[in-house]
Amino acid sequence: MNLPSALTSTPGAARPVRHFEMPASVGGRLRVLRFTIARRLVQFGVLLLFAGTLHWGWQALGAPLLAGNLSAAKFAGVLPLADPFAVLQMLVAGQWLVAEVLIGAALTLVAYTLLGGRVFCAWVCPMNVVTDAAFWLRNRFGIGASEDLLRVPARARYVLLAVALVVSAASGVAAFEWLSPVAMLHRELLYGVGLGLTGALGIFLLDAFAVRHGWCGHLCPLGAFWATLGRVGQVKVAFDDASCTRCGDCVKVCPEPRVLHFGQAAARAMIAAGECTACGRCVAICPERSLSFALRVRVRRPPAAAHAEPTSGGNR
Amino acid sequence: MDRRQFIVAAAQGSAAAACGGLLWYALVEQQARAAVPLRPPGARAERDFAASCIKCGLCVQACPYDTLKLVKTAEPGVAGTPAFTPRDVPCYMCENIPCARVCPTGALDPQFPDIAKARMGLAVIDPESCLSWQGLRCEVCYRVCPLRGKAISVVNHPRQISKHALFVPVVHSDACTGCGICEKKCPTEVAAIRVVDPKLVQGRIGAHYRLGGKPEAAAPEALPSTAPSKPAPAPTPRTPPPAGALDYLNRGATP
Repeated sequence: MNLPSALTSTPGAARPVRHFEMPASVGGRLRVLRFTIARRLVQFGVLLLFAGTLHWGWQALGAPLLAGNLSAAKFAGVLPLADPFAVLQMLVAGQWLVAEVLIGAALTLVAYTLLGGRVFCAWVCPMNVVTDAAFWLRNRFGIGASEDLLRVPARARYVLLAVALVVSAASGVAAFEWLSPVAMLHRELLYGVGLGLTGALGIFLLDAFAVRHGWCGHLCPLGAFWATLGRVGQVKVAFDDASCTRCGDCVKVCPEPRVLHFGQAAARAMIAAGECTACGRCVAICPERSLSFALRVRVRRPPAAAHAEPTSGGNR
Repeated sequence: MDRRQFIVAAAQGSAAAACGGLLWYALVEQQARAAVPLRPPGARAERDFAASCIKCGLCVQACPYDTLKLVKTAEPGVAGTPAFTPRDVPCYMCENIPCARVCPTGALDPQFPDIAKARMGLAVIDPESCLSWQGLRCEVCYRVCPLRGKAISVVNHPRQISKHALFVPVVHSDACTGCGICEKKCPTEVAAIRVVDPKLVQGRIGAHYRLGGKPEAAAPEALPSTAPSKPAPAPTPRTPPPAGALDYLNRGATP
């Protein structure tokens, strides 16, 4: 794969470059995998809360604990939650909706936007397990070393996001919700398996063999929606330019390699792009510990670097 | 990138997006017009229902009888929306309509007032397999109907040759909610009474027909009626047919 040109051209990489090595000890491995383990716990935990409420009648405050699914839900009978992208499509489609779902969508929107929009993608979305598995398979068997079978621009997802809204407006129904493989996977895991899992299988094959990070990194309009909002997110990966040797290991594990632009990261002392899913892979493997999770308000811009690098423009 | 390359790239991108968008639109439209399964009580008209349902399954969880199921991908109907199959589990017409109460979007009216006003479908009878129509005193559908006497009644029907009459069930569309309990309980191998989308079976007379022996007050442009409650509008003066104009029909008929 291509490494960003900034990788080689940036000054300050005079120190010897150490690369990441997976520790031999179990404790060391667990430490490296800590964010991945935490993400799986959250992903399956959310699924378990929904499934427990649906199938085993789990309750809180005398009401169903977490009824519904990721499209719309009700927590403890009082707190409505809803997928803001689905609601947006319905509104664009000209459907009037009752207040509950609008409140739920607003709450969800504010919560995820504050966290950093695509936190949903890496920590909650069930499809992430599928695409991470495909990524693992790719690396394990060296499929990733060869060229992608298809060339899909990473911004295709924003086009799909726009097309989803246009088709919603034209047809009068929520266009992406009608064929969303994400919603189908989650729904059918909870309510019974139909052909919805074929979508997940298709995405697995796409990601494993055709396009590296094909679905989450190139196509998913829901991810594009959250990425658009993620720019103002508060949980960010902070970047310490002084200790970074530009070894590029973070770029190799990152599902959105474009966000790791060292020039921009040095100037802003963090990974600012909305596409960052806060999966923590880079944080866990950085041999110099130059990357860490931090709240945006706690990230301090280096005074010297503030004007050293322009923040505009991509790295390709 | 010079201007020419930019224009070409823009055209390629737009064409790809438009191509995908049109395919997408065709798929969505096709699904929107596909066969309609039976919906929970208080549902909006099908097209709006399918468009405003967020597919969360809260109604499915609220149903105490496990009547409602989310339509699975590639089953008839929009995937993820709630529906029921009466022969498996009918709607038992809960008085408080819990499924509609929990709907977050209003695809099912959360304030739906009265379960008897629900129109989930319409029961229709196949006389060829209905036991009552074969001369047996079955009438199970009549007995199990929650609106017995209003939605289904049993009427006496003369039978050819035999001196014994038939007693056959008749469904009244003005009261049938489409709950499907009749279909569930029908004793024939395949139910002889079934709940279907009313649009598939109901006709419409049309306002231009004047039915003899029926009060015509309901018709908007009704002819002058003799009902005393309503002041008769001035009769439209009609030019009387010229004498003898239509008499040729009766020529030679009178003794």
